[in-house]
Amino acid sequence: MGSTIGTMGCSSSVADRRSEKAIRAAILIQNWYRFTMARLEMRRRYSLNIFQSIEYADEQDQLQLSNFFTFMLDHCTQPDSVSHIFTSPGVSQMLDEGLCLTEFEKKIDVPDSYYGPRLSFPLTVKDANALLHAFRNEQLLHARYVLQLLCETRRVLKEMPNITHLSTSYSKEITICGDLHGNLDDLLLIFYKNGLPSEQNRYVFNGDFVDRGKNSMEILIILFAFLLIYPNDLHLNRGNHEDYIMNLRYGFTKEVSKKYKDHGKQILCLLQDVFSWLPLATIIDSKVLILHGGISDTTDLDFLNALQRNKLKSLMRPPNSVRDTQHQGKERIPTTRPSKHIANQNVAGKTQHISSSGSTEPSGSHLPPDPALKEWKQILDILWSDPRSQNGCTPNKCRGGGCYFGPDVTAKLFEKYNLKMLIRSHEFKPEGYEISHNGKVITIFSASNYYEEGSNRGAYIKLNPELIPRFVQYQVSKYTRRQNLRERVGTIESSALKSLREKIYAHRSELTSAFAQYDLKGTGRISVNNWAEAMESVLQLELPWRMLQSQLAQMNPDGEIDFMSCFYDLKIGQPIKETQVQPALVETLCRYRKDLEIIFNVIDKDHSGLISLEEFSQTWKLFTSHLGIDADDESIDKLVLSIDYNKDGHIDFNEFLEAFHVVHRLEKKANS
Amino acid sequence: MAEQAGNGEDDAVAEIEKKIIEAFEVFDHECNQTVDVREIGSIVRSLGCFPTEAELHELLAMVEEEEPTGYIHLEKFLPVMTKVLLDRSYRPIPEDVLLHAFEALDENKCGYITKEKLVKYLTEEGEPFTQEEMEDMLSTALDPETNTVRYRDYISVMTVDET
Repeated sequence: MGSTIGTMGCSSSVADRRSEKAIRAAILIQNWYRFTMARLEMRRRYSLNIFQSIEYADEQDQLQLSNFFTFMLDHCTQPDSVSHIFTSPGVSQMLDEGLCLTEFEKKIDVPDSYYGPRLSFPLTVKDANALLHAFRNEQLLHARYVLQLLCETRRVLKEMPNITHLSTSYSKEITICGDLHGNLDDLLLIFYKNGLPSEQNRYVFNGDFVDRGKNSMEILIILFAFLLIYPNDLHLNRGNHEDYIMNLRYGFTKEVSKKYKDHGKQILCLLQDVFSWLPLATIIDSKVLILHGGISDTTDLDFLNALQRNKLKSLMRPPNSVRDTQHQGKERIPTTRPSKHIANQNVAGKTQHISSSGSTEPSGSHLPPDPALKEWKQILDILWSDPRSQNGCTPNKCRGGGCYFGPDVTAKLFEKYNLKMLIRSHEFKPEGYEISHNGKVITIFSASNYYEEGSNRGAYIKLNPELIPRFVQYQVSKYTRRQNLRERVGTIESSALKSLREKIYAHRSELTSAFAQYDLKGTGRISVNNWAEAMESVLQLELPWRMLQSQLAQMNPDGEIDFMSCFYDLKIGQPIKETQVQPALVETLCRYRKDLEIIFNVIDKDHSGLISLEEFSQTWKLFTSHLGIDADDESIDKLVLSIDYNKDGHIDFNEFLEAFHVVHRLEKKANS
Repeated sequence: MAEQAGNGEDDAVAEIEKKIIEAFEVFDHECNQTVDVREIGSIVRSLGCFPTEAELHELLAMVEEEEPTGYIHLEKFLPVMTKVLLDRSYRPIPEDVLLHAFEALDENKCGYITKEKLVKYLTEEGEPFTQEEMEDMLSTALDPETNTVRYRDYISVMTVDET
């Protein structure tokens, strides 16, 4: 056909050439664009990996603390000062049963100047609406009502079985929400999109209501209020953060103390009890098991259903029998965390685990069966475990507690109890949910922007009577204009790198000596490979160090890393400027600041924020010897003496420890 | 990124392999040496390669199992990707070449491309963008007041991230 229109052939070939050029240009632009998007996706993913690795490393530290409490009890010369960690505090006697409501009404005055909501029991929907309205306007509920609400909640929870059975025949759909972590905006958004709880609109909240976010207290108040109004239609499962020792580290204790100066201690005491009465799991139509973490190869639902759940106030402290066992055979269950030097030689055994099942140590075979221990392990596993795609059940080495369970473990449990689906929470998911084990296991996570604005969506599940799940995703945004992907990744990345740099700085001396081992000629420079290996051996975060290198350390033109450059622009704050404090000591205090804060808070029985110099230095010595830290006792004594400003023999440890954190010297610049 | 001056070819290969494993592991959520097949493009590109979609499909064919599972195993991916990096296939697109490409779509050489024209070229020609990709690009590239893309500015915004 082309030959018949010869004259046009010439001009069309010009047009062809032009369009060919345009097509080539389009391909090039498309290629380049997909490349930049891929790089962006990589940055987003490694940023989330950084957040998650640091979070799990922190959880490991937290679980290690329980070992230390045991150690402390064995070595403390004044056992009275710590033994109360292990015995139920006098809360239940203090705030016992029945009289609660009227007692608080008599004892605690609500002044006329209080303009927040006033509750009257039994609660009605009107009260719940008043609470929602008040919290949207950032009001506080008066301590009297909080305490009354908690008493009532405990009374109702006590009536409930460990495992709640629901049926979809009463309503069309049941909504299941995962971790909220003090993010009130997420809860309000869920209610806005999905409606308030009612007889027709049933909910299951799957644990981790508190910690991390700013409004844990408000979330609890709303959930408990609806629980009292609709005890058959709103259900709560306990999460691993409904635990007072976890709350000491992750912010809820601080939140309560700050919001309720006079009655904070009472509220916290009562909450310990309320948390311990939260049901452990929910089963819908005998087919769908809902619990916070997961299962292990020993999970026994009948046993879990029969145990006395409120005995376990905190999973962070194993029952006394574990302690006794440790006492008898220290080599079997080590109490100490291996020092990093040992860890370097033996990466496989990088931390000690608190885990019941699948552990390399079949502890059960040596020990006489102990009901308390079994109860603790059973609950630990369902609140802390994560699913994995490999078969089997292995200790959860990232978190340090619970286990990883494979599809075979899920299948076995399903067969035994004739189940169809497991819905669990406990793990951050960028999309708010994830499906694993061939559709049998669903993770639901309801806290959006968990690590940083824009880091993830939240989601909830609508389960219909056919037990088909439908996912609803959402994301709370404080920006009026939606950020584009590039801006969002920028925000997430800089925040992730900031936390990582702080972590790096807190390990400065260990890293420096690890680098030096590769720097045989003392040039201050090592290869990228050696740098990456040194970073991983010390920090053990399993991060893509080679990829992160350009963000963390400077490379010379010859391709070698100037290793000290990763410490530039950072320093550790200190309370006392004039006294010369040993750098190694400052680093130790910085690194274990959170642990020490929790330990001192536990020792400080009357929550005064003060402990004696003697208690301080004795605990410090125990702690450092437990961890195998080479610390100069004399210099800590000197340091502590110097902060006893009024020389009354007591120090404000919170204020003292608060000072030891990593400071970014160029903070202003980075934030602009 | 500058390559390390290794002591020999083996060192260079070992170093490249480590880089690939790192990038792979970022997407290996379950730590079981597999990633979703849809992530392979991100992994290959984040290692500094600029494959076209067609080239990416060729590469996928080499690393996929005989019966595709939707997942790619590291042991299959590693040797193929190592060769790609050693051969320096899928060479980077320099900034000036990219600029020329935009200029080729800007027939009147006025320094901008209208939204309609850019959308037409990029969603209908070559290896067309999906709706999502197009919208995403426009969210950064488009000047909402004039409804045009000033491509010089856009390129400099996008390349500033690449440190």
